[in-house]
Amino acid sequence: MDLIANHISHHFGDLAVLDDVSFTVSAGEVVAIVGPSGCGKSTLLSILGGLLQPTSGAPELRGAPPADSFNPLTYVFQDFALLPWATVEENVEFPLLHTQLSTAQRRALVDDALRRTGLTDFSKTYPKQLSGGMRQRVGISRALAVKPAILLMDEPLSALDSQTRELLMEDFVRLLADGGMGAVYVTHNLEEAARLADRIVVLSRRPGRIREVVSVPMTRAERGEVAAREKLLALQNQIWSLIRNEAIDAEREVQHA
Amino acid sequence: MLDRAVDTSAKAEATRRVRFRGAGFVPASSRFGGWIALALVIALWQAAGSTGLVNPLFLPAPSAIVRAIYELAMSGALWQHLSASLLRIGVGWLLGTAAGVVVGFAIGLSRLARSVGITFISALFPIPKIALLPLLILWLGIGEEPKIATIGLGVFFSTAISVYSGVDAVPRNLIRMAQSFNVPFATIVHKVVWPGALPAILAGFRITASVALLLVVSAEMIGAQYGIGAFVLQAGNLMQTDQLLAGVVILSVFGLVVGKVIGWLETRLLHWR
Repeated sequence: MDLIANHISHHFGDLAVLDDVSFTVSAGEVVAIVGPSGCGKSTLLSILGGLLQPTSGAPELRGAPPADSFNPLTYVFQDFALLPWATVEENVEFPLLHTQLSTAQRRALVDDALRRTGLTDFSKTYPKQLSGGMRQRVGISRALAVKPAILLMDEPLSALDSQTRELLMEDFVRLLADGGMGAVYVTHNLEEAARLADRIVVLSRRPGRIREVVSVPMTRAERGEVAAREKLLALQNQIWSLIRNEAIDAEREVQHA
Repeated sequence: MLDRAVDTSAKAEATRRVRFRGAGFVPASSRFGGWIALALVIALWQAAGSTGLVNPLFLPAPSAIVRAIYELAMSGALWQHLSASLLRIGVGWLLGTAAGVVVGFAIGLSRLARSVGITFISALFPIPKIALLPLLILWLGIGEEPKIATIGLGVFFSTAISVYSGVDAVPRNLIRMAQSFNVPFATIVHKVVWPGALPAILAGFRITASVALLLVVSAEMIGAQYGIGAFVLQAGNLMQTDQLLAGVVILSVFGLVVGKVIGWLETRLLHWR
């Protein structure tokens, strides 16, 4: 299943946020979206997943979703969006409650998702008892439980400290390597983009337009090796040079609202 | 580099400790402080009564009040009055709360109910509900119904307001999360909105419990044969101050018990906070 941004534009009142953004995420592909702050990255992701109605254009799907998927387009949120009154396993089970699955089938899916994220021992704990990194693992576990075709990840690491971020990035590399799961990965962190993405969509400052689409010519496994460091850094610098001036302008902009 | 390090350590000036200035502004209540203060006040009061410093007609001593409560309990009058009040409060509060929760959720979830409901609630909420008792007596007759209806109305408005504020305060991101998993409306209400609004709803119970107590006493003072309010009024008319204060103490105990029950509910239901 492919996800297509088809000439998406969006305004909040008079404020133009996105301007004619088009690209395709092919099945199993990881596409990062980067750009200066306020360029509409997160807005674009909300539109792609059907949580926000664009002013014009539309998100589209091509091809059938995997037969075993309960929710082909699945978000991982920046703020984790966990139910504070539910335990870890209840949180992971939550998106399966309304499906036709039997309790035993649900249990099996939940247990599997918890195991893949290393949360089995934490199944009965509450979110407030967990560190930020573990909370986001619950968010990822919940996303895996519904067997998504494409993960929509909205700055999933930006609320975490840099060490936790490094650990979760390794988890992401593993998750995205071992299956046909694709992802749209919104981030302002160019290192994350370079480590995880097959292609990087660089947006201009507001209203966000596509400035460039950069391919990363390495497998995700190769990028973990020391030899790849230099190439990845060069890539990050290349992207940074694309957005640096605009990031400066964006930062100096006076907010109207 | 090294020279300079030697230089500073060589300064043989006396050191001073940085003054601590972070004290205060964290009042921690000590466990028995409150009880000791309460016991002290009661002891003083008792002493003032026993020594004849205070006229028992105006302020009977605590021992006299305790005796009055004991006698009331023994004669069965206490139960007669208390059960009448409890019935009115119980039925009125339950009816008002049930209606308030339903209307509060409707206002919190539906645009139509919101526009209509908020207008009516803003218009009717400020009316002191006890002012409606005469009208309710005309409508419903002189039985229990008008008293229960007055309590129900008072409880209803506070409940509806606290419930819809609670629904409004449910984090948007959790609802978006549920929508992003195609969770149906009913499940979102049951599993996200309801638990998210529960803290505000329980906080509303504290307010409505005191509203109900206030209204039951007022209604019973206006027209009732039995009930703590009627009893307190009669005692006042007969200058039986020990009886009067016995009634007041019973009301205060009732308020305390209700507060404890709500506190217990909060720790049971909101343990995740």
